[in-house]
Amino acid sequence: MASIKIENVQKAFGKVIAVDHLNLEIKDGEFFTFLGPSGCGKTTTLRMIAGFYYPTKGMVRFGDKDMTRVPPEKRNTGMVFQNYALFPHMTVFENVAFGLRVRKIGSKEVKTRVHDVLRKVRLEQYADRQVSQLSGGQQQRVALARALVIEPEILLLDEPLSNLDAKLRDEMRSEILRLQKEYKITTIYVTHDQAEALSMSDRIAVFNFGVCHQVGTPSEIYNEPANDFVASFIGEINLLPVKVDQLDESRITVSAIENPDMNKFVVHNTPFNFSQSAQEGELALSIRPESIRILTEKADRPNVFKGKVEDVQFFGTIILVKVRVNGLLLEVNLLNHVSANLKPGADVWVEMPEDQIRLIPMLSGDAS
Amino acid sequence: MMKNRDNRLTLYLLIPVLLVLIAYVLYPSVRTILESFHKDGGLTFGNYQDFFTQESKTNLQALWNSVYISVLSVLVSAAIGIPLAFIFNRFDFPGRGFFATAAIMPIVLPSLVGVMAFMFLYGETGLVPNAIKDLFGLDEVPFKIGGVSGILIVHAYTMYVYFYMTVSSAINKIDPSLEESAYNLGASRFQVFWKVTFPLLTPAIVAASLLVFMISMASFSAPFLLAGGFRVLSLQIYFSKINGDMEVAATQSVILSIVSISFLLFMRWYQNRKDYRMASKGIGAHRSEVNNPLLKWTMVATGVIGVIILLLPHFTILLLSLVPDGTWTWQTYPSVFNFENYRLLLQDPNIFKPLKNSLILSFIATAGNLVFGVLASYVLVKRKFVGKSFVDILVMIPWALPATVIGMNLIFAFNEPNIFSFGNILVGTFWILPLAYFIRHIPLVVRSTNAVLEQLDDSIEEASRSLGAKWFYTFRKVILPIIMPGVLSGTLLAFVESVGEFPTSVLLYTISNRPISIEIMNQLRMFNMGQAAAYGMIQITLIAVVLLISNRFFGVKAEQSLS
Repeated sequence: MASIKIENVQKAFGKVIAVDHLNLEIKDGEFFTFLGPSGCGKTTTLRMIAGFYYPTKGMVRFGDKDMTRVPPEKRNTGMVFQNYALFPHMTVFENVAFGLRVRKIGSKEVKTRVHDVLRKVRLEQYADRQVSQLSGGQQQRVALARALVIEPEILLLDEPLSNLDAKLRDEMRSEILRLQKEYKITTIYVTHDQAEALSMSDRIAVFNFGVCHQVGTPSEIYNEPANDFVASFIGEINLLPVKVDQLDESRITVSAIENPDMNKFVVHNTPFNFSQSAQEGELALSIRPESIRILTEKADRPNVFKGKVEDVQFFGTIILVKVRVNGLLLEVNLLNHVSANLKPGADVWVEMPEDQIRLIPMLSGDAS
Repeated sequence: MMKNRDNRLTLYLLIPVLLVLIAYVLYPSVRTILESFHKDGGLTFGNYQDFFTQESKTNLQALWNSVYISVLSVLVSAAIGIPLAFIFNRFDFPGRGFFATAAIMPIVLPSLVGVMAFMFLYGETGLVPNAIKDLFGLDEVPFKIGGVSGILIVHAYTMYVYFYMTVSSAINKIDPSLEESAYNLGASRFQVFWKVTFPLLTPAIVAASLLVFMISMASFSAPFLLAGGFRVLSLQIYFSKINGDMEVAATQSVILSIVSISFLLFMRWYQNRKDYRMASKGIGAHRSEVNNPLLKWTMVATGVIGVIILLLPHFTILLLSLVPDGTWTWQTYPSVFNFENYRLLLQDPNIFKPLKNSLILSFIATAGNLVFGVLASYVLVKRKFVGKSFVDILVMIPWALPATVIGMNLIFAFNEPNIFSFGNILVGTFWILPLAYFIRHIPLVVRSTNAVLEQLDDSIEEASRSLGAKWFYTFRKVILPIIMPGVLSGTLLAFVESVGEFPTSVLLYTISNRPISIEIMNQLRMFNMGQAAAYGMIQITLIAVVLLISNRFFGVKAEQSLS
């Protein structure tokens, strides 16, 4: 087990810069997720930790050891590949034993350790099968067993669940977490699936275009997104470009760029409501759909606007309501109640609570 | 700085590959080109001037004949192969599977043996014309093959398979929903065929046409035995060499190569330009069952007759191999049959020697092909380096060059000592033939290995390395075992092709290591048909066994690496 430090790393492929200015510190035993859309640099970073790529600039450390240019076979990392990369000419046992045999471990010990780990992934009775005879979920567990049996310092998982169907995915998610807790192993998990990231991780790093935008716990990432990319990549969110009209110690007044006279909002001036990084540059007002309230009559509170329901979509647990307010389209999530019976065309009042709004910086050219 | 270790490994792997290619592919070709500019002790275009302005016009005529025969071969092969591919892949009728397999039987016949079978079947004293003569009480044989018609028939027989195989695989790759959607949009059967199906097949047809054109430009055995006074360029090279006109032979070689290579380049360009790969995966073949009984049984009958025609050469060789020499002289048909020829083959050391020679020579060449092929293919498929396309082209050169030219290249390169032969003269020694066979089959082994390596996901190698295995361990324990079936099937094919190799053998053999194909030719000259046929049968059996092994044990359609 080890902590990982990534210091000022850049990776360029020819002229294309895949990862830039990356600084991360992953703690010992932590379940850490790289989250981002495809091509964002998350897999490149993982492969630099595994040793398949060497950084163009910067340093990779495991604990205090400089691993920047150590070849993959000397890093003692266990990696699970997206397509599992099981050796097709070997049985389950031989696949799992491979890493031990490379380390010249005696055949008796190999046997006990392989059977131990196969028991842990609940595949003991499949030891002599060819890997091609296994189902996707079983292959996945062989890949996990093969990575864990060498007792790696770090476990690397590259989108391991993306080839499984939805039901198996839920099962494997808890399986991976169970094994990770059992082995107490530092784990890096790469995914583009926000639900996986939020539900499994101790901390998440959100990537886009080779840059890490935010590192934090799942609730920090969701509730206090650092900018409009993080906010809109994780979960649904209403984003309105705004500018500040007035700023005092307890309150901020902002107006929307669109239709500023009618769209004025009041926000609490706390670190939660006003992102530290939002002190200059373009600003966006953000609010999650579940934080907006729909009222049947006007209330005498700030941020209450009259609107018209445009669309209602029923999702089961929640109902998505789209409301047009002063030319702006807001998305509101309501929990499913029998009483909630909104129809398109209905007149409603919409409240955006001043403690639920968050002002965040807008990345240039990336306005959503 | 970055990836230093990996780059160094790539370099270590690349150097031997490049050395072999430069020494035995590039350098000999360059020697031939240089030789073609030699005349009267100076460097001139004189040889080329002679080639085109020569008064007798022999060379120009030979070039024209080669092109003319090749164009006809393409047309005839296409006319047989394309309809067959359609019938066997689109319709279902009794015996279809068997006929479809029988249709590729011509590739089991080594070229020289095939030509020999055709001579015995349809030649002046051939079994078929004579049988017809006797049957109808004619005074003379009704037909005989020889010259252009002979060459053409042999070409059609052996080369339609390329059309058949490429078009078949293209037909099976067409997503049935494409045609169904055309019907759904209101197209008639006729329109669907000409507007959808046929255009999708054009890349395959063009590829097969170019392939057949190149192969028949290079064809040597058929003209060698059947041409009579008719001259083609590949044969002219041989005659010039026999007459000692080495500079003329070099010039002819260069011109023949230019034609072949321009077709290869055209083919590559065309294939890159038109890519009709289907987007959908896992397409099921759909065949319509033939319900009309008349049509159905006509198809079956045609199939049966077709199979008889296709297998007649094999059967003839088998029959002839059972006729002891000296028992079939003036008679129209042989009358004595026994295993005398096979007994002699195994017991008479003189008769066994060529077989043994061929096996040894081919074994050495193929062992080289195996090692070189795996190395070259691994570097080309799995490693990144500058100049990859150059190495790629070097690997493909022996495929584009006619066998006769490869033979000549080796003569020019190794009839004098140089560093690539470690200071020895190789021509006239044992080593020149294994070298020739090795060079001839570089492309086959590299390409069949490429095919399996491309299937192998990079993550397999990475998984092994992240589990702690070094590169060499990974290569031995993971990569090699996975790709071995594909590699072996290509290599075995190279082996049997080497055993049957005629054009380079005839240019380079020595009496003490004469291979089987040369001995077949000698036996034919002495009218020992039985013995020649027995040699032929051994080759046919070898090829059949190899194809069977590949299909059964390696699950590889080996015949596909031929095209």
